Amino acid sequence: MTSDSKAYAIEADGLTKIYGSGNTEVVAMRDASMNVKQGEVVALLGPSGSGKSTFLTAVGLINPPTSGRITIGGKLVLDGETAQTNLRSFRREHIGFIFQKSNLIPFLSAVENVQIAMELNGESKRSARSRAIELMDYLGVADRADNLPSMLSGGQQQRIAVARAIANRPSVILADEPTAALDGHRGRQVMELFAKVAHEQGAGVIVVTHDHRALDVFDTIYEMEDGLMHEHND
Amino acid sequence: MNLATKDIRHNFGRFALTAVGIGMLLMVVMGMGGIYRGVVEDATLLIDRVGADLWIVQRDTRGPFAELSRVPANLVYRAAAVPGVQSSREFVYHTIQRQRDGQPLRIAVLGLSWPTDKGEWVPLMTGRPLGQSHYEMITDKTLGMSIGEQLNLGKETYTVVGTTSNMISSGGDGIAFVTVTDAQAIQFDTPGEAVRLERAARESRGEAFEQAIQQPMMLENAGRPTVQIPAIARPQISAVMVTLSHGANPNEVTKTISGWGDVSVYTAEGQRELLLKGSVEKVRKQIGLFRVLLTIIAAIIMALILYTLTLDKIHSIALLKLIGAPNTVILGLIMQQALILGIVGFGIAYLVGQQLFPKFPRRVIIANADLLELAGIVLAISVLSSMLGIWKAMKVSPNEALS
Ligand SMILES: Nc1ncnc2c1ncn2[C@@H]1O[C@H](COP(=O)(O)OP(=O)(O)OP(=O)(O)O)[C@@H](O)[C@H]1O
Ligand SMILES: [Mg+2]
Repeated sequence: MTSDSKAYAIEADGLTKIYGSGNTEVVAMRDASMNVKQGEVVALLGPSGSGKSTFLTAVGLINPPTSGRITIGGKLVLDGETAQTNLRSFRREHIGFIFQKSNLIPFLSAVENVQIAMELNGESKRSARSRAIELMDYLGVADRADNLPSMLSGGQQQRIAVARAIANRPSVILADEPTAALDGHRGRQVMELFAKVAHEQGAGVIVVTHDHRALDVFDTIYEMEDGLMHEHND
Repeated sequence: MNLATKDIRHNFGRFALTAVGIGMLLMVVMGMGGIYRGVVEDATLLIDRVGADLWIVQRDTRGPFAELSRVPANLVYRAAAVPGVQSSREFVYHTIQRQRDGQPLRIAVLGLSWPTDKGEWVPLMTGRPLGQSHYEMITDKTLGMSIGEQLNLGKETYTVVGTTSNMISSGGDGIAFVTVTDAQAIQFDTPGEAVRLERAARESRGEAFEQAIQQPMMLENAGRPTVQIPAIARPQISAVMVTLSHGANPNEVTKTISGWGDVSVYTAEGQRELLLKGSVEKVRKQIGLFRVLLTIIAAIIMALILYTLTLDKIHSIALLKLIGAPNTVILGLIMQQALILGIVGFGIAYLVGQQLFPKFPRRVIIANADLLELAGIVLAISVLSSMLGIWKAMKVSPNEALS
């Protein structure tokens, strides 16, 4: 670990998450720490129920940890459950998400789902649309731009979600099994896109994945087990 | 990008059906107001149109529109003699119910002071005012008679010579205008048998009367027709209408006439007030309360609909929060849908009402002021009813997008 925190896109420090209380108490994450440099692409592996999604949503500022500190781009944003800034606008400006299940707004067309993220961030309708089409073109779904999510396959929906996540050029990209619904080729393409965005924009990327075929794309590999985080070394 | 309209387009069928439902409800609210306006208008139209400055009625009664009023026919001449009075007319007014083609036909019979008043002031749709002193009438279109049609009333047959519209009694019955003498003939029509019985009754009363025994001539008098007997009063009239001469002081004239012990006098405005405060007041309250209830119901239904529309969007709202949409965007989404629902509902209410209200048996008058008021109410309930949905939306955690 270097002392120069500016070089870090993400610093997660001693995150613990306890769901419920008493008999139903579940410790999903124990003292998990991870630092991701700008431009670094991290894979997060681990068995089901090990706490990967819990960690990712904590770093994504939508599921605050019970204790621990999260610093993004050098700014302390969460200290335990206490927000140090307006989390929602911080998410909008700095964080892109792709979740396990595709999460598109059902009443917006594919292109509008990408567009909305940029419009919310203050971009004009016109430039938002052209960038949305551009991203979708790269991901091979431009021809479905005007379809509603319900008319798209799972893989197509996932690619729209990827386009939405990177549309605002975030400094942090968090992806929870983004390639589960994609074939090997498309899956690899998405991973490579993350690497490209990370390297070009200096974003920190964390990808939860089970797909061991594409691991060569990643700079670092972490593994979670029973709520504990450790770096993976082959 | 407008999320509200995008969502509406996506759920168009349901939204349209909801808007139609709200529209129908608002149409009823609108109609209730219109019915009240119609009642007031119908009730006061006659007073407004007939153009009398003062009404002389039976002492201590509130006039022929409120209750039974009886004044002697010669009151017309007494009134005409008062300084400042330009002319005076009889007012004879009563409602009858007859049968026509198997249907009950209610007619408000109004006597015109022939020959000074031939009904020129009555707004005619077809035909002409009265042209002779007997057996002609002008009827309101709600009575369903056309020019040339004949109707038997009492012992005579009356021919429709003109038709008018919106001349309706406060009870909602169409008015038929005839001359005063005809109106009285209709009102006091007595069958031959009744006349014979009355004559016999007079004779038997006379026979028990000492003076009649001493003077047989009197008994003979008792057998003569009513009109020839000085002791029996002529048929009475309902009221006398007075037109003041130009520049006359109405207060002076009123003061003079109210000095007479047998009558009360009201200005036209006073008569109008009495009518509105009396019979129409209860209708107003009744309809007013009903309107308030309907408005509350509309608001509750709208709130429930907007709430369920919001519940359906919980996942999208959570997702919007997750990607950083500020509260104003989410509030705007729900509020705009509420307003669109309200405005479209109002439009439907107005358009359907325009087609439907003229088919109602009584007049439904949609005044602009009422429309504006209702529009304000609709905006208010749209905003209020979206509160429940907004409250729910504000509570949604972005986490719910993942579940
Ligand atoms: N909202 C919650 N309430 C209670 N327990 C929870 C909640 N969310 C997760 N858990 C529990 O926390 C633990 C970690 O869950 P998490 O979803 O982080 O696992 P994961 O590694 O993402 O698994 P998977 O690979 O199946 O997605 C699990 O035991 C899970 O049951
Ligand atoms: Mg998971």
